[in-house]
Amino acid sequence: MKLIIAGVQKEYQDGLTVAELIKVENVETPMYVSVSLNDEFVKSGEYDETVLRDDDVVEFLYFMGGGR
Amino acid sequence: MAFSNEQLERYSRHIILKEIGVKGQKRLSQGRVLIIGAGGLGSPAALYLAAAGVGVIGIADADTVDISNLQRQVIHTTPDVGKAKVESARETMEAINPDIKVNAYKTFVSADNILALIADYDFVIDGTDNFAAKFLINDACVIARKPFSHAGIIRFKGQLMTYVPGEGLCYRCVFKNPPPPDAVPTCRQAGVIGAMGGVIGSLQAMEAVKFIAGAGKLLTGSLLTYDALSMEFRKVKLPARRDCAVCGEHPSITKPFDYAAAVCEVL
Ligand SMILES: [Zn+2]
Repeated sequence: MKLIIAGVQKEYQDGLTVAELIKVENVETPMYVSVSLNDEFVKSGEYDETVLRDDDVVEFLYFMGGGR
Repeated sequence: MAFSNEQLERYSRHIILKEIGVKGQKRLSQGRVLIIGAGGLGSPAALYLAAAGVGVIGIADADTVDISNLQRQVIHTTPDVGKAKVESARETMEAINPDIKVNAYKTFVSADNILALIADYDFVIDGTDNFAAKFLINDACVIARKPFSHAGIIRFKGQLMTYVPGEGLCYRCVFKNPPPPDAVPTCRQAGVIGAMGGVIGSLQAMEAVKFIAGAGKLLTGSLLTYDALSMEFRKVKLPARRDCAVCGEHPSITKPFDYAAAVCEVL
């Protein structure tokens, strides 16, 4: 299936969950990333059970703490 | 209040812009912006707001200038090392533009002082370096219905978003709660490229200027991310969140509170 991750379309295996995608994509600090799926936030407790489908649009939103 | 000839000259490149004009420049001269943090983000923001003739600029920070700050905190100079950051920042801003008034607050923000600090200002710039302060500023600005610019920078990356009451999400909508201390790398541990503060802090100043002058569209409901290594900007549309603990329909947070110890105290 095709997914659009951070604006880039790529091919992934069917049936991938959000939790698996986080691993596949090597997301830094996976425990503390916010995930948007088709313009809805995925609840942090639901990454394992959220199965992705063809043409899904995913954004990872990262904590960024610095500033001074 | 009419502009003097010198002021007309000083602000001529603004006044010639149809989105600013004399009217917008007057709004700027009557505008009030509070910058929290006189560091990597706050330095460029303060320089540009001073140069733009924003009438009153508040700057809050409890730190003194350290030599390790000078790689990115461009409002301070080598002879300023050891001086209070807010004093050093005030001197630079006043030297750039004698038209403006600078209020220097030599303090970190806390639940005890934040509402009083932001009360006098039209727009707030979050230039802090830790999640406790970022959540505190968000909550206080939501509760006080105060527009603000959030930003974060680390390594070769930066991001920002603007909150305006009633126009899209707040920072807590996106990130819910701060990560535990040390769970997410900070600038001191991870480093940050100096010019990143210049890019992102200048964008924060841009949002403040646009808000006050009434020009263009603000960065509400989206997060703008910048990756310097791939040289890519992305404007990521953020989903709505109705159940936010502070800006949602039934908020559980109704007054500002402090999270435990800052993560990245001295940069
Ligand atoms: Zn919110």
